Amino acid sequence: MNNIWTILRKEFRSYFDSPVAYIYITFFLVLSSWLFMRGFFLVGQASMRGFFGILPWLLLFFVPAVTMRLWAEEKKLGTIELLMTLPVRDHEVVLGKFLASFFFLVVTMALSFSIPLMTALLGNPDAGPVLGGYFGAVLLGAAYLAIGLFVSSLTENQIIAFIIAVTLTFLLFIVGEEFVVYSAPSALVPILKFLGMGAHFDSIGRGVVDSRDVIYYLSVVGFFLYLNVRAVESRKWK
Amino acid sequence: MIEVRHLSKHFGRTVAVNDVSFDVSRGEVLGFLGPNGAGKSTTMRILTGYIPPTSGRASVAGIDLVEDSLAVRRRIGYLPESAPLYGDMEVVEFLRFVAEIRGISPGETRERIARMVKRCGLDSVIGRSIHHLSKGYRQRVGIAQAMIHDPDLLILDEPTSGLDPNQIIEIRELIRELGREKTVILSTHILPEVSATCDRVLIIDEGAIVASGSPQELSASHGSGEGVTITVRSSDPAGCGDLLRAAPFVSEVSVADGSADGLVSIEIFGTEQSGLGEEVFRFAVANNWTLAELRTEKASLEDVFRSLTRKEASVE
Repeated sequence: MNNIWTILRKEFRSYFDSPVAYIYITFFLVLSSWLFMRGFFLVGQASMRGFFGILPWLLLFFVPAVTMRLWAEEKKLGTIELLMTLPVRDHEVVLGKFLASFFFLVVTMALSFSIPLMTALLGNPDAGPVLGGYFGAVLLGAAYLAIGLFVSSLTENQIIAFIIAVTLTFLLFIVGEEFVVYSAPSALVPILKFLGMGAHFDSIGRGVVDSRDVIYYLSVVGFFLYLNVRAVESRKWK
Repeated sequence: MIEVRHLSKHFGRTVAVNDVSFDVSRGEVLGFLGPNGAGKSTTMRILTGYIPPTSGRASVAGIDLVEDSLAVRRRIGYLPESAPLYGDMEVVEFLRFVAEIRGISPGETRERIARMVKRCGLDSVIGRSIHHLSKGYRQRVGIAQAMIHDPDLLILDEPTSGLDPNQIIEIRELIRELGREKTVILSTHILPEVSATCDRVLIIDEGAIVASGSPQELSASHGSGEGVTITVRSSDPAGCGDLLRAAPFVSEVSVADGSADGLVSIEIFGTEQSGLGEEVFRFAVANNWTLAELRTEKASLEDVFRSLTRKEASVE
């Protein structure tokens, strides 16, 4: 437990030790605000629906950029050998890295809170969808993070880690969307609908927090973190 | 302290370590000597619990490596090859991170770091980012990191590679100093390093131990006998060579081509293990030669290493 906390702090700090964190956060805030504000006054509603509509697509690129470094760099520089010969368990390192990226994501999301504040000043938005939207976005982000972290452990090239993570996340996101489901064999439809990350986000975004959706996201996180531990262990299989 | 029995490691069809057995006793400085790719690093990675062996067993302080890897890792300080460190961290921040994972209490950490800084000469770089450090300092930070929890056993993979001669001497002194109280295993492919730092040497080639012993023992048992080089003033170098060749204590003579000032250098190998220098001197006096130089050369570790590792290669 202590080890998880130590690794979490080290990884979290290392985001801010370089300019990377500030660039990421700026990129995220500018882009999300711009995309949202562009349509905001045209629609003329003090609603955040547009914001939560674009968020999954933004996170699709933002999250793999946050996670791509976490394992790939360790492998490239050889620090993984230093780290894994310290008295830590593999899963402690995986959890520490995951939680560090998770807190980084939460910080970034929290900074975008100026948008709901502004809508609240301009109109009278429903608090439920806003809070639900953020809750869902954090869950969705956590699932993306787990995928990105796992992919990062497979390569020592950060660019490859980024591209594969974006691709894999994208596939998992759209697999439950209408136009994919249409062309799929009917037997697969319920499975695809369940697996798609997008559909689960939509219902939370409407302010409906269903335990099934929460469990779904937590399962995705758990599944990919498990794969991650196995991937880190794989050095022992050869 | 360490017991290694029939350790093997295969990567697919390549055999990296092949049935290696050895013991290291407490307080010993053991050197792994071998050409690049001989299996030194792989053996160290197994001992530090980074990868498990394919077969065989090893224990550190009586604890089996595979059964209780964490307990073994707690007792070992390890510097991996080429000292991989977190470049974006400051030296003190990095040492604190390692200390924390090593379970050192925050109160004690400060004192330990101060001790490491002093011991490894890190005062001037303590607040700097690691990626701004020179290779020598990085190596020292790597050693400081390995010692911070005061382990009984230090495993250092090529601790002096990539350093300049001054830094090499500093690191060697540090290792010798450490060797007084701790067990140290280090690997190198630099031969003088071994004679300078190690009590005992394992020469490793193609994953197997081809020789072991103290540097002196190895030179004595595998050397090709003594050699003596003399320089004499002579107008007839070939005649001198023939005279020497006829002497009973000589097995081989080679005369260097004549030099301008009438001095001739002759290399002589003896039939006996020792005493050749005296025989040659007496012989020169008896023949009334003007001796400008007489130099005895012991078979060096370098010869031993070359003969052992080349033999292996030629068998293949």
